[in-house]
Amino acid sequence: MSASLQRTPLYDEHIAAGARTVDFGGWDMPVHYGSQIEEHHAVRQASGMFDVSHMLNVDVKGAGAYDFLRKLIANDVAKLTVPGKALYSCMLNPQGGVVDDLIVYFFARDTWRVVVNAGTADKDVAWMRRIAAAGKFDVAITPRRDLAMVAVQGPEARAKVWAARPAWKAASEALAPFSGAMLDGDVLVARTGYTGEDGFEIVVPATDVAALWRDLVAQGVRPCGLGARDTLRLEAGMNLYGQDMDELIQPDQAGLTWTVSSKDAARRFIGRDAIEQFSTPAAFLGLKLLERGVMRSHMKVQTSLGEGEVTSGTMSPTMGVSVGFARLPVGIKPGDTALVEIRGKWIPAQVCKLPFVRNGKVVEHA
Amino acid sequence: MSLPTDRKYTSSHEWIKAEGDVFLVGITDNAQDQLGDLVFVGEVDVGAQLNAGEPAGVVESVKAASDIYAPVAGEIVAFNEELESNPALINEKPYDAWIFKIKAKSAADVNGLMDAAAYAAAN
Repeated sequence: MSASLQRTPLYDEHIAAGARTVDFGGWDMPVHYGSQIEEHHAVRQASGMFDVSHMLNVDVKGAGAYDFLRKLIANDVAKLTVPGKALYSCMLNPQGGVVDDLIVYFFARDTWRVVVNAGTADKDVAWMRRIAAAGKFDVAITPRRDLAMVAVQGPEARAKVWAARPAWKAASEALAPFSGAMLDGDVLVARTGYTGEDGFEIVVPATDVAALWRDLVAQGVRPCGLGARDTLRLEAGMNLYGQDMDELIQPDQAGLTWTVSSKDAARRFIGRDAIEQFSTPAAFLGLKLLERGVMRSHMKVQTSLGEGEVTSGTMSPTMGVSVGFARLPVGIKPGDTALVEIRGKWIPAQVCKLPFVRNGKVVEHA
Repeated sequence: MSLPTDRKYTSSHEWIKAEGDVFLVGITDNAQDQLGDLVFVGEVDVGAQLNAGEPAGVVESVKAASDIYAPVAGEIVAFNEELESNPALINEKPYDAWIFKIKAKSAADVNGLMDAAAYAAAN
């Protein structure tokens, strides 16, 4: 007998809105509310919102928090000097494989917020506590299951949020991308997202999230499910943990070298030795199918330099063609052609740089 | 959407309807609802001689690809080309959007399939 699925505080809202739900990492989450393609277009053209309360906010606080985070993650939090500024990073295991990808917010030298994926949350917290104890860091790691989170995305998203919550406008109006503002009542408004559009990810106490959701619906923001979330992030060139990378994949095999900071030679973050000594990089690039069909994870790819694999694939609603990410032999470049094995047939595809779409528009490719 | 009574149904969620001396085949509202937004319909081999139950084509949604099967033995004589550019027609009008036409080896084979009441009872 399987354990029952977890529900976010917005579950009843989703059911009332006609959501079809699915088991996502142990959570009963909406995959769409009728049409995931229409939801996708709403985000690119106007505004849409996602219940991301299944993800976990973690407070990292204490005199040793700064040193702890510089040990724990591959990107360097020393870069964050303005309160509210955030960065994207991987957390590596000692073999240099990715434990999870996450976002870290700086508020003060002893006050940080980390946001991790839903399916890996328990693993991540256990890992963080282990590293804190092993290094005897003076840090308190507090999972915040009392908080809920909504991502409002699209060209009209921020305006809709301010229409629903005028009191937040003053503090959030001037936020630069990848910055957040902590407001009264344990509210975090951050100019971040997983869609390639502008918008806010908003963290509020779980007791307040249903009212926020309803007020955003009243402003015309369209509820969007995990189906649209996947097509949007794929078009935007953003990795999905568990699919594009996992504990057996190092950052330079998943297009994530840019998130690893090696500048400070004295900072021996976990996994650094492994990625410096045992690196087997891959070319992690986009693929665009040149004929009809749909690419999916694990499909084989044939290139002039050897075999590769599709890690994520879908039909792009914005482009009307199948796009995906692939792990390919080093030396393969955007502009090269490849063949993708779809149900026993080899279909031609073009290798592209990522992203495919940014700010509602298809990026020009070679 | 109520099940049209002018056609027969299979346990793999195809419908089959006579049109002159051929049969139109599509998928049910139940099937399109389970699949979600369709993004690709194809691999229909015009001219192929199939037995009942053999794969006759593919419908693919954002979620997954699904084979569609020949409800009766016969020759595939047409593919609905409209679905190449607009697969969503199946989501919108599953009982109007035929996918392929089949010239049955024996028209009487259709009699063995489910009528609307039997399909409804089974689903």
